[in-house]
Amino acid sequence: MAGRTLYDKIWQSHSVGVLPTGQTQLFIGLHLIHEITTAPAFDMLRENGMDVPFRERTFATVDHIVPTDIRKRPFLDSEAEELIQALERNVEQFGVEFFGIDSMNQGIVHVIGPQLGLTQPGMTLACGDSHTSTHGAFGTLAFGIGTSQVRDVLATQTLAMDKLNVRRININGELGAGVYPKDVILYIIRRLGVSGGKGFAYEYGGPVIDRMNMEERMTVCNMSIEGGALVGYVNPDQTTFDYLKGRPHVPKGDGFDRAVEYWRSVASDADANYDEVVSYDGKEIEPTVTWGINPGQSVGISEKLPTPEESVDPEGVKKAYEHMGWKPGAPILGTPVNVAFIGSCTNGRLADLRAAAKIAKGRKVNANVRALVVPGSAEVKKLAEQEGLHEVFIEAGFQWREAGCSMCLAMNPDKLNGREISASSSNRNFIGRQGSPQGRTLLMSPAMVAAAALNGKVVDAREYE
Amino acid sequence: MSDIVKITKVRGTAVPIRGNDIDTDRIIPARYLKEATFARMGDYPFFDERFDASKKKKDHPFNDPEYKGASILFVNKNFGCGSSREHAPQALYRFGIQAIVGESFAAIFAGNCTMMGLPTVVVGAKEIAQLMKSVEDNPRTEYIVDLESKTISFGSQKMAIELPETYRTALTKGFWDSTALLRSNLNEVKKTAAKLPYMTGFTRS
Repeated sequence: MAGRTLYDKIWQSHSVGVLPTGQTQLFIGLHLIHEITTAPAFDMLRENGMDVPFRERTFATVDHIVPTDIRKRPFLDSEAEELIQALERNVEQFGVEFFGIDSMNQGIVHVIGPQLGLTQPGMTLACGDSHTSTHGAFGTLAFGIGTSQVRDVLATQTLAMDKLNVRRININGELGAGVYPKDVILYIIRRLGVSGGKGFAYEYGGPVIDRMNMEERMTVCNMSIEGGALVGYVNPDQTTFDYLKGRPHVPKGDGFDRAVEYWRSVASDADANYDEVVSYDGKEIEPTVTWGINPGQSVGISEKLPTPEESVDPEGVKKAYEHMGWKPGAPILGTPVNVAFIGSCTNGRLADLRAAAKIAKGRKVNANVRALVVPGSAEVKKLAEQEGLHEVFIEAGFQWREAGCSMCLAMNPDKLNGREISASSSNRNFIGRQGSPQGRTLLMSPAMVAAAALNGKVVDAREYE
Repeated sequence: MSDIVKITKVRGTAVPIRGNDIDTDRIIPARYLKEATFARMGDYPFFDERFDASKKKKDHPFNDPEYKGASILFVNKNFGCGSSREHAPQALYRFGIQAIVGESFAAIFAGNCTMMGLPTVVVGAKEIAQLMKSVEDNPRTEYIVDLESKTISFGSQKMAIELPETYRTALTKGFWDSTALLRSNLNEVKKTAAKLPYMTGFTRS
C-alpha cells in the first residue's frame, strides 16, 4: 500500500464523522480570529443562545483596521472604533483570549500564530481570512474560512468539509542570488494559474523549499489561495522544530521531545501517493513582478509584458491593460512607482525587513515616492528595532509604522490616492485593493520594493546584491 | 438557523457579469467590511464599478433597469476569487441574487454561498456563452435552476448544471446552515479531540 500524505494523515485523525451531506465533520485544533469577519458570527451565537465549547482553542487579535501611526483610542475612524469595540465585547462575553491594540502580542493574525508557537505541525487551523494557508509552512492544515464557518468553529470547534486532492510542487535545484520566496510563489502561480489550485491542497517540497527557513516557507504557503488552492503546506522537519523550540505555547522539556515525535509522524511518507506532481527548476526563477490585476499576471524582471493574443484569456489581459495603462510588449523594468509598501502577512516578518534594509542602508528613497514599512507584529517591530533596522529605514526616508495589515487591503488610513502606482510586498494586485478604485499595484519581494523605492521605478534589485 | 429550509429551485430573470477571475474585492470593496453587520451589504455589490467618485452611476449590468429584479447571476471563470469575505455573497444575496450560474467558482466563495443557501452551479463555456447571449437579447427571459434534476431551463431549452454532490445535498435537504447539525455531535467532537496529542499536552497514553 502506498504511503500517506500529511494531508491524509491529519484529515483522518481530525475526522469526527461523516455528515448526512456526505461532508466530513473535521475537528479544528486552533481558531484565530480578528475584528473583520467575526462580528456577525458572534451575533449568530447570541441569537441562538450558543456558547464556545472549546474557547481555549480560539485566540483573537486586531490587525485589519488598526491605524499604524496614531494608535490612540478612540480611533479617528469611528467605524473602525465600533468594530474593535464589538470584538472587545465579544471576546469578553465568550471568554476568548485577546491580544488587543496595546498587547506586545498584537499583530497580523498569520504572523502572531507562528511567533507565539500556537501554530504547530499536525494541527488543523482555521481563520476567517484567506491567507490562513500561511500556517501550512509548519505542516499544519490551515483553512481560510468565511463568517458562517467562523460561527461553526466557535459553536462546535468543527467544520463541514470536502476532502481535497493533493498536488506536490517540487522546486528543484537552487535559487539564484537575489531571488526570494516571493518570486518562487509568484512563479508557481503564473505557471499553474490563479484558479489552477481549485480542488487541491498544495504540498511544497524539493531542495529549494527544504533549504528555506520558516519565515520563507510562510511566504510561499501564504499565497496558495492566490493560485486557487485552499490549503498549502510544507512537511515539518528539523528547521520547523528548531523554530518552535522555546516559543510560549510550545511544550518544554520532555513534552517538547514527545511533540517532535508526533510532528515527525505527520510528515508525508516517502512513498506517499499524490494526485498530481509538478516540478520546476529554481534556476528558472527570476525576480518576479506582477503587471496586471491578478497575482498570476506577472513577468520575470528581464521580460516584456505579454500581448493579449499570446494569453489563454485575451479578454482578461485586455481588462488588465485597460486598468493599468501599460502597453503590451513594454519592459517591466523602468515602470514608474509612486508608493512603496513593505509589510503584510506575506512579507512583514523580520527576514523580510532585513532583506529590504540591506538595500535601503545608506541610500535615499526617491523624492517622488511615499514609502512605508509596516512590521507584521509588535514583536517583529521590537526585534527589528533591536537590530537598528528602523534607523536604516528612517534615515533612507521610509516611514516606520506600528504593526497591522495596513496598505495590503487599505482598511485603515494607509491608502493609495487616485492613479498612484504601488510597489508592494503584499499578496493582491486586484483593482481597488490598496484603497483607490483607480490605484495600481505591482507585487514583488521586499528587496525589489526597497529597490523600487530608491529609484522611483521598477529596477532589478540584484544590482544591489 | 432552527428551521430547516430546503432549496431545490430558483426561478426568475437573470443578469450577466462578463469576465474571468472577478475577485471579491471587486464584488465588495474592503471599506464596507468595517460595518459590524451584513444588514446594508445589499447596497454595495460592485460599488466601484457601478459608481464613480461622485456617486454618479456608471454603465454596469447591476445599474441597468433592463435587469432590475433579476434573481440569477451569470458569470464566467473563477468567480469570487481572492478574499474570504462573506460580505461578497451577502452583498449579492441581499441585492436579490438567489442563484449563480458560471463556468467555475473560487473555493472559499462557493463554500460561503452554499452556507448561506445561495447555490453556485457550473455549466460549460459554450453553455454560459449561450445563457449570457439569451439574457442580453431578452432580459425578460425567465430561467429555472433546478437542483433536483440538475438543469437550468428557459423557453424550450434545457441544459445540465453541475455542483458538488455534498453542496447539492446540503441545499436540497436543508443542511446548508450547518451549525445545529455540527453541534448535535458535540460528544463525538470531544472524543476526537481527546485522541489528538496536542489537545492533551503531549502526555504519553
